[in-house]
Amino acid sequence: MSQSLASVEPPPTEPPAGGGEGAPVRKIEGRSPWRLGLERLVRDRAAMISLGVIVIIVLVAILAPVIAAITGHGPNQTFQSIGLTAIGQPKGPNATFLLGTDDQGRDIMVRIAYGARISLIVGVLATALTVAVGAIVGLIAGYFGGVTDSILARFMDWLLAIPFLLFAISLVTIIGAGLTVVIIVIGFFGWASVGRIVRGQVLSIKEREFVEAARALGSGPWRIMFIDILPNVIAPIIVYSTLLIPLSIVTEASLSFLGVGIPAPTADWGQMISASQSVYQYGAWWYLVFPSAALLITTLAFNIFGDGVRDAFDPRGDQLFV
Amino acid sequence: MARFLIRRILQGILVMWLVTVGVYLIFYIGPGPGAVARTLAGKSATPQVVAEVSHRLLLDRPIYVQYGHFLWLLLHGDLGYSFYHQQSVNSIIGAAFPITLSLVIGSAILWIVLGVLSGVLSAVRARSILDRTFTLLALIFYSMPTFVLGLLLLLVFYYELTIHGIHAFPGSGFTSITANPWQWFRGLILPWITLALVSAATYTRLTRGSMLDVMGEDYIRTARAKGMPERRVIFRHALRAALTPVVTQYGIDVGVLLGGAIITEVVFGMPGLGFTAVQAIQQQDLPVVIGVVIVAAAAVVLANIVVDALYAVLDPRVRLH
Repeated sequence: MSQSLASVEPPPTEPPAGGGEGAPVRKIEGRSPWRLGLERLVRDRAAMISLGVIVIIVLVAILAPVIAAITGHGPNQTFQSIGLTAIGQPKGPNATFLLGTDDQGRDIMVRIAYGARISLIVGVLATALTVAVGAIVGLIAGYFGGVTDSILARFMDWLLAIPFLLFAISLVTIIGAGLTVVIIVIGFFGWASVGRIVRGQVLSIKEREFVEAARALGSGPWRIMFIDILPNVIAPIIVYSTLLIPLSIVTEASLSFLGVGIPAPTADWGQMISASQSVYQYGAWWYLVFPSAALLITTLAFNIFGDGVRDAFDPRGDQLFV
Repeated sequence: MARFLIRRILQGILVMWLVTVGVYLIFYIGPGPGAVARTLAGKSATPQVVAEVSHRLLLDRPIYVQYGHFLWLLLHGDLGYSFYHQQSVNSIIGAAFPITLSLVIGSAILWIVLGVLSGVLSAVRARSILDRTFTLLALIFYSMPTFVLGLLLLLVFYYELTIHGIHAFPGSGFTSITANPWQWFRGLILPWITLALVSAATYTRLTRGSMLDVMGEDYIRTARAKGMPERRVIFRHALRAALTPVVTQYGIDVGVLLGGAIITEVVFGMPGLGFTAVQAIQQQDLPVVIGVVIVAAAAVVLANIVVDALYAVLDPRVRLH
């Protein structure tokens, strides 16, 4: 079924004119599982709305400098006189600062826009790393089997058994906080779940005829793994990836909240929420509420969209296209 | 059963051994040569003191001797001494554990009841308004980072109520149940709700999906055909089989949290294992960090074994071997 992959490229369009009005016989067209899935996804209203929300968030992240230019407030610019009250407390939402200011007199709206960049970058890159490592290890473990599989499977069990957040905090503290470190740490501790899924799929696929045919034609193990088997496990990987993105975003925000994620003064949602703890008890609710809302809306949109992708491409919730 | 348990325990020991290797690599080898002794000796230590610490902990010996020593002490239940608190790590963990236990047990009861009940109702009335509401709520709380929910609850139920003269909940801290049961309960309500709501969402979804699968099975139709009341069909026959995946998740979640509900403890200022670990990491209090990591890993390993054993009790179709 790997041949059907060719039809991933074109976007879902209406059937060609052959079956149009007046034609006596409607042409029956074969539709690939990908096409069927995409059509199901497009019909899912909740998924499409959340996709719209995701697009808006991406636009906000890309256009953050524009937002900064329009307001005239840089993301790290402090406004000691107009951004803080007489006693040095943050100012609530007003005409100059639409979402209020933070404890240092910075524009919260501009910082939220810049924070979206960090969340999206980490969400996408950490997920990509997780999926790439998980897929490769899963392929190797599933295809080679035997001792290789036992060792890799035990290692995955081990990774899934250790207290993730504790290890992540310790590692980041030792290596030093930063964007790259956060992405690598999330990827390092996260790939085992992907690896397990891919391994399970490979175990059943490698017994099928087309793999045998490839072997009979003289293909080597690496070629079989990546050219013949990988396209057949791509679907569950995509489904899982869309659900991994919000998880990565929350993990990054949690690390930043605990002070071991993205270092200040870079605008970051988790860090902003953490900093709000020192002032919201004096009435600055906006400093807590707006970054929280940004974070929640983002993870919710990705989760609803991911749910839709799973329903569309994996209706039974188990093996897919296999 | 006995053979199965022995095998699982041996596997658990293997995983624990791997954890000690991981911990050793991260904390002793990771920071580079000499860094551990310098950290343990403190910032103002003279080179002589550093050398002495290094010698006393065998840090100047080959790596396998060092690791052997580390493992030897561990096997004797000796986790060492905290540098900052002049206290044994055992007593620090002993003080922090009951706090984590109070938090986790209370919220675990709350979230399993919430999650399974809403999941069963959703499945029984699939596609109804009730089902959609539960699904939406589950998605919202599943997407909600723990610290966001905790802080929002504090904003509304601690800060807003307090400035209006209602002192319903303390803002942070922990009172021992033996000291004052009422204060203990009051202080735990918000942390319990926080942890329970973010955790329950997974259970709602899991129970719903698994119940929908089970309700389509032949034996459910048979039970109905016998004229068994629907309530009995759902709770006696369907739920029992549907609970298997739920129990797996429950064991793992409770196990992970017993090693420290890090975020919840930090938000509510409760000095449990997670809070202690974060503090120790920031102070580079190495022995305490290692102690908590090992206790936390042991909790997860133990939970996994308990879950596997429970499998057989819940689902007669599962045979252990």
